[in-house]
Amino acid sequence: MGLKFPIFMDAQSTTPSDPRVVEAMLPYFTEKFGHPASRNHPFGWEAEGAVDAARAKLAALIGARDPKELVFTSGGTEAINLALKGVAEMYREKGTHIVSTVIEQRASLDSFKRLERQGFSVTYVPVQPDGLVDVEEIRKAITDKTILISVMFANNEIGTIQDIPAIGRLAKEKGIIFHTDATQAVGKIPVDVEAMGIDLLSCTAHLMYGPKGVGALYVRRKGPRVRIAPMIDGGGHERGMRSGTLPVPLIVGFGRAAEIAKAEMAAEGERLGKLRDRLQDMILSSVEEAFLNGRPDRRLPHNLNISFAYVEGESVLMGLNKETALSSGSACTSSTLEPSYVIAALGASAELAHSSIRFSLHRFTTAEEVEYVGQRTIEVIKRLREMSPLYELAKEGVDLKTIKWKAE
Amino acid sequence: MAYSDKVVDHYNNPRNVGSFTKDTPGVGTGLVGAPECGDVMKLQIRVNLETGVIEDAKFKTFGCGSAIASSSLATEWLKGKTIDEAAKIKNTDIVNELKLPPVKIHCSVLAEDAIKAALADYKDKQASVTTGAASK
Repeated sequence: MGLKFPIFMDAQSTTPSDPRVVEAMLPYFTEKFGHPASRNHPFGWEAEGAVDAARAKLAALIGARDPKELVFTSGGTEAINLALKGVAEMYREKGTHIVSTVIEQRASLDSFKRLERQGFSVTYVPVQPDGLVDVEEIRKAITDKTILISVMFANNEIGTIQDIPAIGRLAKEKGIIFHTDATQAVGKIPVDVEAMGIDLLSCTAHLMYGPKGVGALYVRRKGPRVRIAPMIDGGGHERGMRSGTLPVPLIVGFGRAAEIAKAEMAAEGERLGKLRDRLQDMILSSVEEAFLNGRPDRRLPHNLNISFAYVEGESVLMGLNKETALSSGSACTSSTLEPSYVIAALGASAELAHSSIRFSLHRFTTAEEVEYVGQRTIEVIKRLREMSPLYELAKEGVDLKTIKWKAE
Repeated sequence: MAYSDKVVDHYNNPRNVGSFTKDTPGVGTGLVGAPECGDVMKLQIRVNLETGVIEDAKFKTFGCGSAIASSSLATEWLKGKTIDEAAKIKNTDIVNELKLPPVKIHCSVLAEDAIKAALADYKDKQASVTTGAASK
């Protein structure tokens, strides 16, 4: 089978919709276009039925007892905003302290910043060099004012999967609400809100082969019943937690994506894990001073993140971007012009944060693509190192840390 | 971010990558930037001691494509210039030539710094050679 270019290996930024998902969605744009809140005619009933069916499929995927515990949103960012700000507002009388981690995604960190301006305080627990949070550190951070623990399920850059059941148990023991940003995990690895003691969970369709523009927040109804203040006022849709006309076609797609993920996750995870391991072995065996980021045995199966000493990430992407889509923690590829705070949080040098490359595989990644991307990456790194003054200095035996750099 | 054709060309076909031995007479070396900032440029010139003309220039850069292109372009421009002419190269010239977007202007600034550092190093070396000769 011939390769088709460009090759997409940036599936932790988004995934293509599965054709089966698109097929399920299409009728809901045209003949089945009803408003699910139209209670008095067949168009509305049809739409409501479709939304209910999708909700049930998503509930089944994450082990929710009751589909009503799912609130549809515009995506992961909104789900996270709703969870964090909704809990903060609702439980403000009870306490104003939140425990989270330093490697959360921007939707969480920026929500916390806003809450901090409003008088809340947030403790950001560090991660160990392997990217894992020590649950004991979370325990130590808890005060009598803590109302919420929020820890991401799996990291978007390094794929590290946190010990969610242990954090769930801790939250239960302390009577604190537990939210997890599971945008990278749902549909990829087993997630069970009941077995894992999760009270609030954010997820999104477009990272699991569904459409962009729809996500969901799981809000536990029993043991404990979690309440959140809405962020959007309006017609009281989604049990009052998220007003706004439901995007029925997107929700139907999300439901179909959840159904496919549930059926195929085990086999797909195994296949992608093998391809990822092949890519990792290929690169690490032929490139010296390439460092794997994230704990190898607790990683999303489709994630690979490597820092290449002496070369800058954006220049690596530039060498590949005609034929391969990857992403980097380099400052030059971020909107903030800061290098990856996730890689930096692992205790790596800032230089290595600038040098990290993320390969993320997906349902449609082939073995041929992996071979090609691996080979090309190796070539580009070698070429850039020949051009790198840092590599030259290191080869001459100069310790780069001893040089007094003249920064701008 | 889309790159300009000239940035892509310099990235794909960098001019004058390499190094001169630092202590060769007439060689000036500039090393600017910092690894933690994601940009380090080493730029070297080899000046004809009789004519004061830069006969050759070489660079090595750790940095993004625009940083590589800025330093590659700088070496191209330096060749054939006198050291006084070389001192007149401005970062804005590089920005205009490579059509760098605002977020990449620092790459051109770093290239100008590298040129200045290389010229300063050359002059320092010449000064010490002259004073060394005078004291004999």
